[in-house]
Amino acid sequence: MPDFTIIGAGVAGLAVATELAARGAGVAIADAGGGPGGHACSWWAGGMLAPWCEGESAEEPVVRLGQEAAGWWARHAGGVTMNGTLVVAPERDRRELDRFARRTSDFEWCTADGIAALEPDLAGRFRTALFFPAEGHLAPRMALAALRDGLRSQGIEIANEQRVLKPGMIDCRGLAAREALSDLRGVKGEMLVLRCADVTLSRPVRLLHPRIPLYVVPRGDGVFMLGATMIETGERGRITARSMLELLSAAWALHPAFAEAEILEIGVDARPAFPDNLPRIRRRGGIIHANGLYRHGFLLAPALARQVADLALDGRKPEFCDEDLS
Amino acid sequence: MRDFYGVTLANPLMLGTAQYPSPAILADAFRASKAAVATVSLRREQGAGQDFWALIRDLGVRVLPNTAGCHTVKEAVTTAHMAREVFETPWIKLEVIGHTDTLQPDPFALVEAARILTEDGFHVFPYTTEDLVLAERLVEAGCRVLMPWGAPIGSGLGLNNIYGLRTLRAHFPDIPLVIDAGLGLPSQAAAAMEMGYDAALLNTAVAKAGDPVAMARAFALAIEAGTLAHAADPMEPRDMATPSTPVIGKAWLA
Repeated sequence: MPDFTIIGAGVAGLAVATELAARGAGVAIADAGGGPGGHACSWWAGGMLAPWCEGESAEEPVVRLGQEAAGWWARHAGGVTMNGTLVVAPERDRRELDRFARRTSDFEWCTADGIAALEPDLAGRFRTALFFPAEGHLAPRMALAALRDGLRSQGIEIANEQRVLKPGMIDCRGLAAREALSDLRGVKGEMLVLRCADVTLSRPVRLLHPRIPLYVVPRGDGVFMLGATMIETGERGRITARSMLELLSAAWALHPAFAEAEILEIGVDARPAFPDNLPRIRRRGGIIHANGLYRHGFLLAPALARQVADLALDGRKPEFCDEDLS
Repeated sequence: MRDFYGVTLANPLMLGTAQYPSPAILADAFRASKAAVATVSLRREQGAGQDFWALIRDLGVRVLPNTAGCHTVKEAVTTAHMAREVFETPWIKLEVIGHTDTLQPDPFALVEAARILTEDGFHVFPYTTEDLVLAERLVEAGCRVLMPWGAPIGSGLGLNNIYGLRTLRAHFPDIPLVIDAGLGLPSQAAAAMEMGYDAALLNTAVAKAGDPVAMARAFALAIEAGTLAHAADPMEPRDMATPSTPVIGKAWLA
């Protein structure tokens, strides 16, 4: 009989299960899709571990708690690349860089030579950039699989079934928990995976634009993830032509060789989010709900998992908790 | 205070709902701005944006749906009909974009769409340039509010053509005029109100500020200052200095 049953094997559920098991708790985990996969929005994530860049528009806890992420993922999943983040802007949107710099920290200004040294394929394309050296990235699907395998090696298999919530369970279902969490909403994201042999990047690159910001995360072997739109709807089913056009135009502005890329995947899902876009941990009727990672799944799942474990094992009130503990 | 299709606003500020860091900040910014109207775009969130629309309704202010992103008469008319169903209001901020880079209105399509929608019972708030002839055509098409731009959408350049905006005010003393688009700073909103404009509409200046809630309050104060100043009948500027304190007869203690 496990101490805790975790419902949901997306990034939140797997991180919580991993953290609890690492602290010696007996853990079971169930998922309606049988494990990490396209039914969970973390499957479609960028995998950027970029707390300082996110500080441009995110609340302070994202910057502070996001700094736990790289170390946690390196310990529990491996595959973390710590090459920093490069932020560029077309010359006519140069002021977007100044604004980004005013609202973030822990970066260095780069000249054209500095950009060329970091990313030779972007040489001559941008005159200035911001470099965030302490940031990293990972490949989300490999990281999720590594957590699943880590649990499996401890004898914890993901049960392929839908469970009725009961006391003692930890609800990590993301947007599927909406009926239990009335202030949870979906924020649609659309992304593309491209293969482009002509471009090599060593780190995530963000292209600033007043209307269409874009990030490109290298997955290795000429594969790139392009993301991601942010649309206020819980719809998960379709990408619009406009979104596709904007993502590809922005990629083309980053490097024209992306025009020749092969489109490998089109991903659409909705991120679970609370009104302030920060996660929540709530305990109601003996059930712990951990949710609302928004666009910060891989960045904040380690902090969320730590706080869930602190609550479940030691009764400590989490920072992400906004209710009286029952 | 002038009324907008029979509605008097508690505060002459209309605030957009796009681009905020989070819905929580959006709601706080609305409270700080004292805006009486929320503009909301249907085009991008159409389909399943029910959560977001519920959030807008919860702001407790009047909703002015817009046709942002529409480039043709047909798109704008269709979007307006959808907006009327979703928000149960005859109000529509009519935007028909003529140029993708500057987002300036297509004046010809705007007049045509305004005529069609007015005949269909809509209360049209047309997003227009400061062109006087275009404004006359819009009034002929049935518009009882005009919303000239200060500058292109999202540019933050303020009031680009003061002369043109004053001319509009002088020619349409009885039509409510709203400065729509281009405001970046509270002082620009104050200037519009001092000129006798009836309201200001903005979005990016608040949503994209480093502290949207503080900027919303700054705009609230500026709108109040400008409104008061206009009502107080400002002095006429003059070239000749007029001392505010007479100097003749004063003791000169050097």
